[in-house]
Amino acid sequence: MSSNILIIAEHNGAQISSATAKCVSCAVTITGAPITILVLAKSGAAIAAQAAQFAGVGKVLQLDHTQNEHALSAVLAPQIVKLAQPFTHVFGASTTFGKDLMPRVAALLGAPQLSDIMAVEGERRFRRPIYAGNAVVTVEVPEPHKIVATVRTASFQPAAAGGSAPIEVVSTDAVLPGYARFVSVAAAGSDRPDLQTATRVVSGGRALGSAENFKLMYELADALGAAVGASRAAVDAGYATSDLQVGQTGKIIAPELYVAVGISGAIQHLTGIKDARTIVAINKDADAPIFEVADIGLVGDLFSIVPELRKQLGNG
Amino acid sequence: MKRILVGVKRVVDYNVRVRVKPDGSGVATEGVKMSLNPFDEIALEEALRIKERGGADEVVAVTIGPADTQAQLRTALAMGADRALLVQSDKPVEPLDAAQILRKLVERETPFLVLLGKQAIDDDNNQTGQMLAALWDRPQATFASKIELMDGVARVTREVDVGLETVEIELPAVITVDLRLNEPRYVKLPDIMKAKKKPLDTLQLAELGITLVERVKAVRYDAPSVRTKGVMVKDVSELVGALRSKGLVK
Ligand SMILES: Cc1cc2nc3c(=O)[nH]c(=O)nc-3n(C[C@H](O)[C@H](O)[C@H](O)COP(=O)(O)OP(=O)(O)OC[C@H]3O[C@@H](n4cnc5c(N)ncnc54)[C@H](O)[C@@H]3O)c2cc1C
Ligand SMILES: Nc1ncnc2c1ncn2[C@@H]1O[C@H](COP(=O)(O)O)[C@@H](O)[C@H]1O
Repeated sequence: MSSNILIIAEHNGAQISSATAKCVSCAVTITGAPITILVLAKSGAAIAAQAAQFAGVGKVLQLDHTQNEHALSAVLAPQIVKLAQPFTHVFGASTTFGKDLMPRVAALLGAPQLSDIMAVEGERRFRRPIYAGNAVVTVEVPEPHKIVATVRTASFQPAAAGGSAPIEVVSTDAVLPGYARFVSVAAAGSDRPDLQTATRVVSGGRALGSAENFKLMYELADALGAAVGASRAAVDAGYATSDLQVGQTGKIIAPELYVAVGISGAIQHLTGIKDARTIVAINKDADAPIFEVADIGLVGDLFSIVPELRKQLGNG
Repeated sequence: MKRILVGVKRVVDYNVRVRVKPDGSGVATEGVKMSLNPFDEIALEEALRIKERGGADEVVAVTIGPADTQAQLRTALAMGADRALLVQSDKPVEPLDAAQILRKLVERETPFLVLLGKQAIDDDNNQTGQMLAALWDRPQATFASKIELMDGVARVTREVDVGLETVEIELPAVITVDLRLNEPRYVKLPDIMKAKKKPLDTLQLAELGITLVERVKAVRYDAPSVRTKGVMVKDVSELVGALRSKGLVK
Protein backbone atom coordinates (compact mmCIF):
# COMPACT_ATOMS: atom_id res chain seq x y z
CA MET A 1 0.00 0.00 0.00
CA SER A 2 1.49 3.34 -0.90
CA SER A 3 1.99 5.77 1.94
CA ASN A 4 -0.52 8.52 2.64
CA ILE A 5 0.19 10.81 5.58
CA LEU A 6 -2.19 12.69 7.86
CA ILE A 7 -0.76 15.37 10.19
CA ILE A 8 -2.77 16.67 13.13
CA ALA A 9 -2.29 20.43 13.39
CA GLU A 10 -1.43 22.06 16.68
CA HIS A 11 -2.60 25.64 17.23
CA ASN A 12 -3.71 28.11 19.86
CA GLY A 13 -7.06 28.94 18.27
CA ALA A 14 -5.57 31.54 15.95
CA GLN A 15 -2.04 30.55 14.96
CA ILE A 16 -0.70 27.24 13.72
CA SER A 17 2.30 25.99 15.72
CA SER A 18 5.79 25.76 14.25
CA ALA A 19 5.81 22.23 15.68
CA THR A 20 3.30 21.32 12.96
CA ALA A 21 5.60 22.84 10.33
CA LYS A 22 8.30 20.50 11.63
CA CYS A 23 6.00 17.50 11.28
CA VAL A 24 5.57 18.49 7.63
CA SER A 25 9.36 18.50 7.18
CA CYS A 26 9.50 15.02 8.63
CA ALA A 27 6.66 13.81 6.42
CA VAL A 28 8.13 15.17 3.16
CA THR A 29 11.18 12.95 3.64
CA ILE A 30 8.87 9.98 3.02
CA THR A 31 9.24 10.41 -0.71
CA GLY A 32 6.15 10.48 -2.82
CA ALA A 33 3.64 10.24 0.00
CA PRO A 34 0.80 12.77 -0.19
CA ILE A 35 0.48 14.95 2.93
CA THR A 36 -2.80 16.13 4.42
CA ILE A 37 -3.10 18.40 7.46
CA LEU A 38 -6.16 18.15 9.70
CA VAL A 39 -7.15 21.26 11.66
CA LEU A 40 -9.57 20.62 14.52
CA ALA A 41 -10.77 23.89 15.99
CA LYS A 42 -13.86 25.83 17.01
CA SER A 43 -13.52 27.92 13.87
CA GLY A 44 -10.35 26.95 12.06
CA ALA A 45 -10.49 28.85 8.75
CA ALA A 46 -7.52 31.11 9.52
CA ILE A 47 -5.45 28.22 10.86
CA ALA A 48 -6.29 26.05 7.85
CA ALA A 49 -5.17 28.89 5.59
CA GLN A 50 -1.79 28.94 7.36
CA ALA A 51 -1.50 25.15 7.09
CA ALA A 52 -2.18 25.37 3.35
CA GLN A 53 0.95 27.47 2.90
CA PHE A 54 3.47 24.87 4.08
CA ALA A 55 5.46 23.63 1.11
CA GLY A 56 4.76 19.97 0.40
CA VAL A 57 1.21 19.84 1.77
CA GLY A 58 -1.37 18.44 -0.69
CA LYS A 59 -4.57 19.16 1.16
CA VAL A 60 -5.92 20.69 4.37
CA LEU A 61 -9.00 19.37 6.16
CA GLN A 62 -10.82 21.85 8.36
CA LEU A 63 -13.07 20.33 11.01
CA ASP A 64 -14.93 22.93 13.03
CA HIS A 65 -16.85 21.96 16.15
CA THR A 66 -17.76 23.96 19.27
CA GLN A 67 -16.35 21.15 21.41
CA ASN A 68 -12.96 21.63 19.71
CA GLU A 69 -12.41 25.00 21.38
CA HIS A 70 -10.03 23.53 23.95
CA ALA A 71 -7.82 20.64 22.97
CA LEU A 72 -9.22 17.69 24.91
CA SER A 73 -7.84 14.42 23.58
CA ALA A 74 -10.95 12.46 24.55
CA VAL A 75 -12.94 14.79 22.27
CA LEU A 76 -10.44 15.13 19.41
CA ALA A 77 -9.42 11.47 19.08
CA PRO A 78 -12.77 10.03 17.91
CA GLN A 79 -13.04 12.72 15.22
CA ILE A 80 -9.53 11.97 13.96
CA VAL A 81 -10.25 8.25 13.88
CA LYS A 82 -13.31 8.85 11.66
CA LEU A 83 -11.12 10.63 9.12
CA ALA A 84 -8.01 8.45 9.43
CA GLN A 85 -9.25 5.51 7.37
CA PRO A 86 -7.52 6.31 4.03
CA PHE A 87 -4.20 7.14 5.66
CA THR A 88 -1.25 4.84 6.37
CA HIS A 89 0.54 7.28 8.72
CA VAL A 90 -0.88 9.70 11.31
CA PHE A 91 1.65 12.20 12.68
CA GLY A 92 1.55 14.75 15.48
CA ALA A 93 4.28 16.79 17.13
CA SER A 94 6.04 15.49 20.22
CA THR A 95 4.71 18.36 22.32
CA THR A 96 2.47 17.96 25.36
CA PHE A 97 -0.47 18.34 22.95
CA GLY A 98 0.74 15.55 20.66
CA LYS A 99 1.95 13.30 23.46
CA ASP A 100 -1.47 13.48 25.10
CA LEU A 101 -3.49 13.01 21.91
CA MET A 102 -1.68 10.62 19.58
CA PRO A 103 -1.65 7.48 21.78
CA ARG A 104 -5.39 7.89 22.26
CA VAL A 105 -5.78 7.98 18.47
CA ALA A 106 -3.46 5.00 18.04
CA ALA A 107 -5.38 2.86 20.54
CA LEU A 108 -8.71 3.62 18.86
CA LEU A 109 -7.15 2.65 15.52
CA GLY A 110 -5.60 -0.49 17.02
CA ALA A 111 -2.28 0.84 15.75
CA PRO A 112 1.14 1.06 17.38
CA GLN A 113 2.68 4.45 18.08
CA LEU A 114 6.29 5.46 17.50
CA SER A 115 7.19 8.23 19.94
CA ASP A 116 9.68 11.02 19.16
CA ILE A 117 10.79 9.98 15.69
CA MET A 118 14.07 11.75 14.93
CA ALA A 119 14.85 10.39 11.45
CA VAL A 120 13.09 8.66 8.59
CA GLU A 121 14.89 5.61 7.20
CA GLY A 122 12.12 4.37 4.96
CA GLU A 123 8.37 4.53 4.49
CA ARG A 124 7.86 2.29 7.50
CA ARG A 125 11.25 2.54 9.17
CA PHE A 126 12.24 5.26 11.65
CA ARG A 127 14.82 6.11 14.29
CA ARG A 128 13.88 7.19 17.80
CA PRO A 129 15.77 7.87 21.06
CA ILE A 130 15.31 5.63 24.11
CA TYR A 131 16.82 5.61 27.62
CA ALA A 132 16.88 9.41 27.83
CA GLY A 133 18.73 9.52 24.52
CA ASN A 134 21.48 7.12 25.60
CA ALA A 135 20.54 4.81 22.76
CA VAL A 136 18.84 5.19 19.41
CA VAL A 137 16.65 2.41 18.09
CA THR A 138 15.69 1.83 14.47
CA VAL A 139 12.16 0.47 14.31
CA GLU A 140 9.98 -0.89 11.56
CA VAL A 141 6.23 -1.37 11.50
CA PRO A 142 5.10 -4.10 9.08
CA GLU A 143 1.92 -3.73 7.05
CA PRO A 144 -1.00 -3.69 7.48
CA HIS A 145 -0.65 -1.67 10.70
CA LYS A 146 -1.17 2.03 10.46
CA ILE A 147 1.73 4.01 11.87
CA VAL A 148 0.87 6.63 14.46
CA ALA A 149 3.87 8.72 15.44
CA THR A 150 4.97 11.80 17.29
CA VAL A 151 7.72 13.81 15.64
CA ARG A 152 10.67 15.02 17.74
CA THR A 153 10.58 18.70 16.89
CA ALA A 154 14.25 19.33 17.71
CA SER A 155 15.22 17.02 14.84
CA PHE A 156 13.46 18.89 12.03
CA GLN A 157 13.42 22.42 10.64
CA PRO A 158 10.01 24.03 10.04
CA ALA A 159 8.68 23.48 6.49
CA ALA A 160 9.14 26.43 4.20
CA ALA A 161 6.22 28.58 3.08
CA GLY A 162 5.17 28.75 -0.55
CA GLY A 163 2.48 26.09 -0.74
CA SER A 164 -1.14 26.69 -1.64
CA ALA A 165 -3.00 23.49 -0.81
CA PRO A 166 -6.77 23.33 -1.23
CA ILE A 167 -8.83 23.48 1.98
CA GLU A 168 -11.76 21.15 2.42
CA VAL A 169 -14.28 21.74 5.20
CA VAL A 170 -15.29 18.41 6.71
CA SER A 171 -17.50 17.04 9.48
CA THR A 172 -17.88 13.66 11.14
CA ASP A 173 -20.62 11.78 12.94
CA ALA A 174 -18.24 10.88 15.77
CA VAL A 175 -19.93 10.71 19.17
CA LEU A 176 -18.06 13.11 21.43
CA PRO A 177 -17.87 12.40 25.14
CA GLY A 178 -18.67 15.04 27.75
CA TYR A 179 -16.69 13.43 30.56
CA ALA A 180 -13.65 15.72 30.29
CA ARG A 181 -13.81 19.48 30.68
CA PHE A 182 -11.29 22.26 30.29
CA VAL A 183 -11.22 24.54 33.34
CA SER A 184 -8.37 27.02 32.89
CA VAL A 185 -4.82 27.53 31.80
CA ALA A 186 -2.21 29.59 33.59
CA ALA A 187 0.20 30.41 30.80
CA ALA A 188 3.46 31.79 32.01
CA GLY A 189 3.59 33.80 28.75
CA SER A 190 6.09 36.62 28.47
CA ASP A 191 7.34 38.94 25.78
CA ARG A 192 10.64 37.06 25.75
CA PRO A 193 11.43 34.58 22.98
CA ASP A 194 9.66 31.25 23.31
CA LEU A 195 11.89 28.55 24.81
CA GLN A 196 10.91 25.91 22.26
CA THR A 197 11.64 27.96 19.16
CA ALA A 198 14.30 30.41 20.37
CA THR A 199 17.65 30.44 18.58
CA ARG A 200 19.37 31.32 21.86
CA VAL A 201 18.64 29.99 25.32
CA VAL A 202 20.24 30.69 28.70
CA SER A 203 19.41 28.20 31.45
CA GLY A 204 19.96 28.39 35.18
CA GLY A 205 20.36 25.54 37.65
CA ARG A 206 20.22 24.85 41.35
CA ALA A 207 23.29 27.02 41.88
CA LEU A 208 21.23 30.18 41.39
CA GLY A 209 19.99 29.55 44.93
CA SER A 210 16.77 31.61 44.94
CA ALA A 211 14.06 33.02 42.71
CA GLU A 212 15.53 36.43 43.43
CA ASN A 213 18.96 35.39 42.14
CA PHE A 214 17.34 33.69 39.15
CA LYS A 215 16.64 37.21 37.83
CA LEU A 216 20.31 37.21 36.83
CA MET A 217 19.32 34.73 34.13
CA TYR A 218 16.64 37.06 32.79
CA GLU A 219 19.14 39.91 32.63
CA LEU A 220 21.64 37.73 30.77
CA ALA A 221 18.85 36.56 28.45
CA ASP A 222 17.93 40.15 27.66
CA ALA A 223 21.54 41.00 26.83
CA LEU A 224 21.66 38.08 24.37
CA GLY A 225 18.10 38.27 23.05
CA ALA A 226 17.64 34.77 24.45
CA ALA A 227 14.86 32.71 25.98
CA VAL A 228 15.23 31.49 29.57
CA GLY A 229 15.33 27.84 30.56
CA ALA A 230 16.01 25.96 33.78
CA SER A 231 17.11 22.60 35.15
CA ARG A 232 14.68 20.42 37.00
CA ALA A 233 16.39 21.25 40.28
CA ALA A 234 15.80 24.97 39.69
CA VAL A 235 12.13 24.35 38.86
CA ASP A 236 11.58 22.01 41.82
CA ALA A 237 13.11 24.61 44.12
CA GLY A 238 10.69 27.22 42.80
CA TYR A 239 13.28 29.49 41.16
CA ALA A 240 11.61 29.08 37.76
CA THR A 241 8.21 27.91 36.46
CA SER A 242 7.72 24.36 35.15
CA ASP A 243 7.27 25.44 31.52
CA LEU A 244 10.95 26.47 31.54
CA GLN A 245 12.32 23.01 32.35
CA VAL A 246 14.74 21.66 29.79
CA GLY A 247 15.43 17.93 29.55
CA GLN A 248 14.02 14.44 29.28
CA THR A 249 10.85 15.41 31.09
CA GLY A 250 10.86 19.04 30.10
CA LYS A 251 11.50 20.59 26.71
CA ILE A 252 13.81 19.16 24.09
CA ILE A 253 15.35 22.12 22.29
CA ALA A 254 17.83 22.78 19.50
CA PRO A 255 18.94 26.43 19.71
CA GLU A 256 22.05 27.79 18.02
CA LEU A 257 23.40 28.90 21.38
CA TYR A 258 22.74 27.28 24.76
CA VAL A 259 24.31 28.75 27.88
CA ALA A 260 24.13 26.50 30.97
CA VAL A 261 24.76 28.39 34.19
CA GLY A 262 25.24 26.49 37.46
CA ILE A 263 23.91 23.27 35.91
CA SER A 264 25.83 20.05 36.57
CA GLY A 265 24.84 18.26 33.34
CA ALA A 266 22.82 15.23 34.49
CA ILE A 267 21.90 12.88 31.61
CA GLN A 268 18.24 13.83 31.93
CA HIS A 269 19.19 17.48 31.37
CA LEU A 270 21.60 16.75 28.50
CA THR A 271 18.85 14.85 26.67
CA GLY A 272 17.15 18.18 26.17
CA ILE A 273 20.10 19.98 24.58
CA LYS A 274 21.89 17.34 22.46
CA ASP A 275 20.99 19.14 19.27
CA ALA A 276 22.05 22.62 20.34
CA ARG A 277 24.64 24.02 17.93
CA THR A 278 26.95 25.62 20.52
CA ILE A 279 26.83 24.83 24.23
CA VAL A 280 28.47 27.18 26.72
CA ALA A 281 28.89 26.01 30.31
CA ILE A 282 29.60 28.15 33.35
CA ASN A 283 30.21 26.11 36.49
CA LYS A 284 32.50 26.43 39.49
CA ASP A 285 33.31 22.71 39.44
CA ALA A 286 35.88 21.89 36.74
CA ASP A 287 34.79 18.24 36.90
CA ALA A 288 31.09 18.92 36.28
CA PRO A 289 29.81 16.60 33.52
CA ILE A 290 28.38 19.56 31.61
CA PHE A 291 31.95 20.37 30.49
CA GLU A 292 32.13 17.02 28.65
CA VAL A 293 29.56 18.26 26.16
CA ALA A 294 30.25 22.00 26.21
CA ASP A 295 31.83 23.66 23.18
CA ILE A 296 33.03 26.50 25.39
CA GLY A 297 33.57 26.05 29.11
CA LEU A 298 34.37 28.56 31.82
CA VAL A 299 35.15 27.44 35.37
CA GLY A 300 34.22 29.96 38.04
CA ASP A 301 31.59 31.53 40.26
CA LEU A 302 28.47 32.41 38.32
CA PHE A 303 27.72 35.33 40.65
CA SER A 304 30.79 37.16 39.39
CA ILE A 305 30.84 35.74 35.82
CA VAL A 306 27.24 36.44 34.82
CA PRO A 307 27.20 40.16 35.73
CA GLU A 308 30.59 40.61 34.05
CA LEU A 309 29.40 38.78 30.93
CA ARG A 310 26.34 40.97 30.78
CA LYS A 311 28.51 44.05 31.05
CA GLN A 312 30.83 42.94 28.26
CA LEU A 313 27.92 42.06 26.01
CA GLY A 314 26.68 45.61 26.42
CA ASN A 315 23.05 46.49 26.12
CA GLY A 316 22.04 43.87 23.64
CA MET B 1 -14.79 -0.95 47.70
CA LYS B 2 -13.14 2.21 46.42
CA ARG B 3 -10.05 0.96 44.66
CA ILE B 4 -7.10 2.57 42.94
CA LEU B 5 -5.07 0.58 40.44
CA VAL B 6 -1.44 1.66 40.00
CA GLY B 7 0.75 0.44 37.13
CA VAL B 8 4.38 -0.02 38.07
CA LYS B 9 7.10 -1.05 35.64
CA ARG B 10 10.58 -2.35 36.35
CA VAL B 11 13.19 -0.33 34.48
CA VAL B 12 16.94 0.21 34.47
CA ASP B 13 17.65 2.56 37.37
CA TYR B 14 17.72 6.21 36.31
CA ASN B 15 21.31 6.62 37.55
CA VAL B 16 22.66 3.95 35.22
CA ARG B 17 24.17 5.15 31.99
CA VAL B 18 23.09 2.39 29.64
CA ARG B 19 25.28 1.19 26.78
CA VAL B 20 24.33 -0.25 23.45
CA LYS B 21 25.72 -3.75 22.84
CA PRO B 22 28.58 -3.76 20.34
CA ASP B 23 26.61 -5.88 17.86
CA GLY B 24 23.69 -3.43 17.91
CA SER B 25 21.25 -6.11 19.06
CA GLY B 26 20.06 -4.22 22.09
CA VAL B 27 20.97 -2.36 25.23
CA ALA B 28 23.18 -4.08 27.80
CA THR B 29 20.99 -4.72 30.84
CA GLU B 30 22.70 -7.75 32.38
CA GLY B 31 23.87 -7.07 35.90
CA VAL B 32 22.55 -3.52 35.73
CA LYS B 33 20.63 -2.09 38.69
CA MET B 34 16.87 -2.30 38.16
CA SER B 35 14.28 -0.15 39.95
CA LEU B 36 10.69 0.91 39.87
CA ASN B 37 10.13 3.49 37.16
CA PRO B 38 10.48 6.81 39.04
CA PHE B 39 7.16 8.13 37.73
CA ASP B 40 5.42 4.97 38.94
CA GLU B 41 6.72 5.50 42.46
CA ILE B 42 5.11 8.93 42.30
CA ALA B 43 1.86 7.40 41.03
CA LEU B 44 1.91 4.89 43.89
CA GLU B 45 2.72 7.58 46.45
CA GLU B 46 -0.28 9.61 45.26
CA ALA B 47 -2.56 6.58 45.52
CA LEU B 48 -1.36 5.96 49.08
CA ARG B 49 -1.94 9.57 50.07
CA ILE B 50 -5.46 9.47 48.63
CA LYS B 51 -6.15 6.34 50.67
CA GLU B 52 -4.65 7.86 53.82
CA ARG B 53 -6.96 10.86 53.41
CA GLY B 54 -9.92 8.47 53.26
CA GLY B 55 -10.45 8.84 49.51
CA ALA B 56 -9.91 5.15 48.76
CA ASP B 57 -10.17 1.81 50.54
CA GLU B 58 -7.58 -0.20 48.66
CA VAL B 59 -4.49 0.36 46.52
CA VAL B 60 -3.55 -2.40 44.08
CA ALA B 61 -0.16 -2.35 42.36
CA VAL B 62 0.18 -4.18 39.09
CA THR B 63 3.13 -4.98 36.92
CA ILE B 64 3.45 -6.74 33.60
CA GLY B 65 6.77 -8.50 33.26
CA PRO B 66 8.79 -11.66 33.85
CA ALA B 67 8.41 -13.65 37.07
CA ASP B 68 11.29 -11.93 38.85
CA THR B 69 9.56 -8.53 38.69
CA GLN B 70 7.95 -9.80 41.90
CA ALA B 71 10.84 -8.01 43.58
CA GLN B 72 9.53 -4.64 42.37
CA LEU B 73 6.01 -5.55 43.47
CA ARG B 74 7.35 -6.32 46.94
CA THR B 75 8.83 -2.82 46.97
CA ALA B 76 5.42 -1.45 46.03
CA LEU B 77 3.82 -3.46 48.84
CA ALA B 78 6.46 -2.20 51.26
CA MET B 79 5.65 1.36 50.24
CA GLY B 80 2.07 0.64 51.28
CA ALA B 81 0.08 -1.00 48.48
CA ASP B 82 -2.49 -3.44 49.89
CA ARG B 83 -2.02 -6.14 47.28
CA ALA B 84 -0.17 -6.75 44.07
CA LEU B 85 -0.80 -8.39 40.73
CA LEU B 86 1.88 -9.77 38.44
CA VAL B 87 0.80 -10.34 34.88
CA GLN B 88 3.53 -12.63 33.69
CA SER B 89 5.11 -12.02 30.31
CA ASP B 90 8.61 -13.04 29.41
CA LYS B 91 8.45 -11.10 26.16
CA PRO B 92 8.49 -7.31 26.17
CA VAL B 93 5.04 -5.78 25.88
CA GLU B 94 4.32 -2.84 23.63
CA PRO B 95 2.28 0.01 25.15
CA LEU B 96 -0.85 -1.07 23.25
CA ASP B 97 -0.51 -4.57 24.76
CA ALA B 98 0.09 -3.10 28.21
CA ALA B 99 -3.02 -0.95 27.77
CA GLN B 100 -5.06 -3.97 26.68
CA ILE B 101 -3.85 -5.96 29.68
CA LEU B 102 -4.65 -3.08 32.04
CA ARG B 103 -8.07 -2.80 30.39
CA LYS B 104 -8.74 -6.43 31.35
CA LEU B 105 -7.60 -5.79 34.90
CA VAL B 106 -9.86 -2.76 35.12
CA GLU B 107 -12.78 -5.07 34.28
CA ARG B 108 -11.81 -7.43 37.10
CA GLU B 109 -10.88 -4.84 39.70
CA THR B 110 -13.35 -2.02 38.86
CA PRO B 111 -11.13 0.81 40.16
CA PHE B 112 -12.48 4.37 40.30
CA LEU B 113 -9.01 5.62 39.40
CA VAL B 114 -6.02 4.24 37.52
CA LEU B 115 -2.74 6.00 38.25
CA LEU B 116 0.23 5.47 35.94
CA GLY B 117 3.53 7.16 35.30
CA LYS B 118 3.63 9.58 32.41
CA GLN B 119 6.39 7.53 30.83
CA ALA B 120 8.60 4.56 31.45
CA ILE B 121 12.19 5.78 31.34
CA ASP B 122 13.48 2.79 29.37
CA ASP B 123 11.54 3.12 26.12
CA ASP B 124 10.40 6.69 26.85
CA ASN B 125 7.09 5.95 25.13
CA ASN B 126 4.58 8.00 27.10
CA GLN B 127 1.61 6.08 25.66
CA THR B 128 0.12 3.48 27.98
CA GLY B 129 -2.20 5.68 30.06
CA GLN B 130 -3.69 7.45 27.06
CA MET B 131 -4.19 4.11 25.29
CA LEU B 132 -5.89 2.58 28.32
CA ALA B 133 -8.22 5.58 28.61
CA ALA B 134 -9.13 5.21 24.91
CA LEU B 135 -9.81 1.45 25.14
CA TRP B 136 -11.83 1.99 28.34
CA ASP B 137 -13.69 4.99 26.84
CA ARG B 138 -12.92 7.05 29.93
CA PRO B 139 -11.26 10.47 30.36
CA GLN B 140 -7.52 10.93 30.80
CA ALA B 141 -5.34 13.57 32.42
CA THR B 142 -1.65 13.33 31.59
CA PHE B 143 1.35 15.20 33.08
CA ALA B 144 -0.45 15.63 36.41
CA SER B 145 1.24 17.88 38.97
CA LYS B 146 -1.79 18.23 41.25
CA ILE B 147 -4.83 16.00 41.77
CA GLU B 148 -7.94 16.96 43.76
CA LEU B 149 -10.68 14.39 44.10
CA MET B 150 -14.21 15.65 44.55
CA ASP B 151 -17.59 14.04 44.26
CA GLY B 152 -17.29 11.83 41.18
CA VAL B 153 -14.73 14.07 39.50
CA ALA B 154 -11.02 14.73 39.62
CA ARG B 155 -9.64 18.20 39.13
CA VAL B 156 -6.16 17.83 37.71
CA THR B 157 -3.43 20.38 37.08
CA ARG B 158 -1.30 19.38 34.11
CA GLU B 159 2.21 20.57 33.24
CA VAL B 160 1.81 21.48 29.58
CA ASP B 161 4.15 23.35 27.23
CA VAL B 162 2.57 26.76 27.80
CA GLY B 163 2.28 26.46 31.57
CA LEU B 164 -0.26 24.84 33.88
CA GLU B 165 -3.60 23.61 32.59
CA THR B 166 -6.48 22.55 34.80
CA VAL B 167 -9.05 20.02 33.62
CA GLU B 168 -11.99 18.32 35.28
CA ILE B 169 -12.57 14.69 34.48
CA GLU B 170 -15.38 12.41 35.57
CA LEU B 171 -14.45 9.24 37.41
CA PRO B 172 -13.51 6.54 36.71
CA ALA B 173 -10.53 7.91 34.84
CA VAL B 174 -6.87 7.44 34.04
CA ILE B 175 -4.31 9.91 35.37
CA THR B 176 -0.62 9.82 34.43
CA VAL B 177 1.72 11.61 36.78
CA ASP B 178 4.61 14.03 36.37
CA LEU B 179 7.63 14.54 38.60
CA ARG B 180 6.37 17.43 40.71
CA LEU B 181 3.18 15.74 41.94
CA ASN B 182 4.81 14.52 45.16
CA GLU B 183 7.94 13.07 46.69
CA PRO B 184 7.66 9.32 47.23
CA ARG B 185 8.24 8.01 50.76
CA TYR B 186 11.21 5.90 51.71
CA VAL B 187 10.61 2.28 52.54
CA LYS B 188 11.47 1.30 56.13
CA LEU B 189 12.74 -2.09 57.19
CA PRO B 190 9.61 -3.16 59.15
CA ASP B 191 7.54 -2.34 56.06
CA ILE B 192 9.64 -4.73 54.02
CA MET B 193 8.91 -7.46 56.54
CA LYS B 194 5.19 -6.65 56.50
CA ALA B 195 5.16 -6.64 52.71
CA LYS B 196 6.18 -10.29 52.64
CA LYS B 197 2.79 -11.23 54.10
CA LYS B 198 0.72 -9.14 51.72
CA PRO B 199 -1.07 -10.90 48.84
CA LEU B 200 0.73 -11.07 45.49
CA ASP B 201 -1.15 -12.91 42.76
CA THR B 202 0.26 -14.01 39.45
CA LEU B 203 -1.87 -14.05 36.31
CA GLN B 204 -0.99 -15.51 32.92
CA LEU B 205 -1.70 -13.62 29.72
CA ALA B 206 -3.88 -16.49 28.51
CA GLU B 207 -6.11 -16.17 31.60
CA LEU B 208 -6.78 -12.62 30.55
CA GLY B 209 -7.39 -13.66 26.96
CA ILE B 210 -4.39 -11.72 25.70
CA THR B 211 -2.05 -12.77 22.90
CA LEU B 212 0.86 -10.42 22.36
CA VAL B 213 1.22 -8.91 18.90
CA GLU B 214 4.54 -7.63 17.62
CA ARG B 215 3.59 -4.49 15.75
CA VAL B 216 6.92 -2.68 16.10
CA LYS B 217 10.11 -4.50 15.16
CA ALA B 218 13.39 -3.22 16.57
CA VAL B 219 15.81 -3.50 13.66
CA ARG B 220 18.97 -2.12 15.23
CA TYR B 221 20.28 -0.25 18.25
CA ASP B 222 22.95 2.43 17.96
CA ALA B 223 24.84 4.58 20.40
CA PRO B 224 23.81 8.21 20.05
CA SER B 225 26.14 10.56 18.26
CA VAL B 226 28.34 12.07 20.94
CA ARG B 227 29.27 15.67 21.37
CA THR B 228 32.95 16.21 21.74
CA LYS B 229 34.49 18.28 24.48
CA GLY B 230 35.28 21.77 23.28
CA VAL B 231 37.62 24.44 24.57
CA MET B 232 37.99 25.84 28.06
CA VAL B 233 38.38 29.61 28.37
CA LYS B 234 39.95 31.30 31.35
CA ASP B 235 37.80 34.39 31.80
CA VAL B 236 34.81 36.34 30.55
CA SER B 237 36.79 38.27 27.93
CA GLU B 238 37.96 35.02 26.37
CA LEU B 239 34.40 33.69 26.49
CA VAL B 240 33.08 36.74 24.66
CA GLY B 241 35.95 36.41 22.16
CA ALA B 242 35.07 32.76 21.52
CA LEU B 243 31.40 33.63 21.03
CA ARG B 244 32.39 36.43 18.67
CA SER B 245 34.57 34.16 16.56
CA LYS B 246 31.61 31.82 16.13
CA GLY B 247 29.50 34.78 15.05
CA LEU B 248 27.21 34.37 18.05
CA VAL B 249 27.70 37.89 19.40
CA LYS B 250 28.68 41.11 17.72
C1 LIG C 1 13.03 10.55 35.80
C2 LIG C 1 13.84 11.80 35.90
C3 LIG C 1 13.65 12.81 34.99
C4 LIG C 1 14.41 13.99 35.06
N1 LIG C 1 14.20 14.98 34.14
C5 LIG C 1 14.96 16.09 34.17
C6 LIG C 1 14.80 17.13 33.19
O1 LIG C 1 13.93 17.07 32.32
N2 LIG C 1 15.61 18.21 33.27
C7 LIG C 1 16.58 18.35 34.23
O2 LIG C 1 17.29 19.36 34.22
N3 LIG C 1 16.72 17.40 35.16
C8 LIG C 1 15.94 16.28 35.16
N4 LIG C 1 16.10 15.34 36.15
C9 LIG C 1 16.98 15.66 37.29
C10 LIG C 1 18.46 15.45 37.03
O3 LIG C 1 18.80 14.10 37.30
C11 LIG C 1 19.30 16.38 37.94
O4 LIG C 1 18.95 16.13 39.29
C12 LIG C 1 19.11 17.88 37.67
O5 LIG C 1 19.25 18.14 36.29
C13 LIG C 1 20.13 18.69 38.48
O6 LIG C 1 19.94 20.07 38.30
P1 LIG C 1 21.14 21.11 38.45
O7 LIG C 1 22.19 20.75 37.47
O8 LIG C 1 20.56 22.46 38.42
O9 LIG C 1 21.61 20.84 39.95
P2 LIG C 1 22.94 20.17 40.51
O10 LIG C 1 23.13 18.83 39.93
O11 LIG C 1 22.86 20.31 41.98
O12 LIG C 1 24.10 21.08 39.95
C14 LIG C 1 24.38 22.37 40.37
C15 LIG C 1 25.69 22.77 39.74
O13 LIG C 1 25.96 24.12 40.03
C16 LIG C 1 27.36 24.27 40.28
N5 LIG C 1 27.52 25.46 41.12
C17 LIG C 1 27.19 25.61 42.42
N6 LIG C 1 27.43 26.87 42.83
C18 LIG C 1 27.94 27.54 41.77
C19 LIG C 1 28.37 28.88 41.57
N7 LIG C 1 28.31 29.78 42.53
N8 LIG C 1 28.83 29.21 40.35
C20 LIG C 1 28.89 28.29 39.33
N9 LIG C 1 28.49 27.02 39.48
C21 LIG C 1 28.00 26.64 40.69
C22 LIG C 1 27.78 22.98 40.93
O14 LIG C 1 29.16 22.76 40.71
C23 LIG C 1 26.90 21.96 40.22
O15 LIG C 1 27.56 21.40 39.09
C24 LIG C 1 15.36 14.15 36.09
C25 LIG C 1 15.56 13.13 37.01
C26 LIG C 1 14.80 11.97 36.94
C27 LIG C 1 15.01 10.90 37.95
N1 LIG D 1 4.96 -3.50 31.86
C1 LIG D 1 4.28 -2.61 32.61
N2 LIG D 1 3.80 -2.97 33.83
C2 LIG D 1 3.11 -2.08 34.59
N3 LIG D 1 2.86 -0.82 34.23
C3 LIG D 1 3.32 -0.41 33.03
C4 LIG D 1 4.05 -1.27 32.16
N4 LIG D 1 4.36 -0.57 31.05
C5 LIG D 1 3.87 0.68 31.23
N5 LIG D 1 3.24 0.78 32.42
C6 LIG D 1 2.62 1.98 33.01
O1 LIG D 1 2.43 2.95 31.98
C7 LIG D 1 3.23 4.11 32.23
C8 LIG D 1 3.70 4.70 30.92
O2 LIG D 1 4.54 3.79 30.24
P1 LIG D 1 5.01 3.99 28.72
O3 LIG D 1 3.78 4.25 27.93
O4 LIG D 1 5.66 2.68 28.37
O5 LIG D 1 5.98 5.13 28.72
C9 LIG D 1 4.31 3.63 33.16
O6 LIG D 1 4.83 4.71 33.90
C10 LIG D 1 3.56 2.61 34.02
O7 LIG D 1 2.77 3.27 35.01
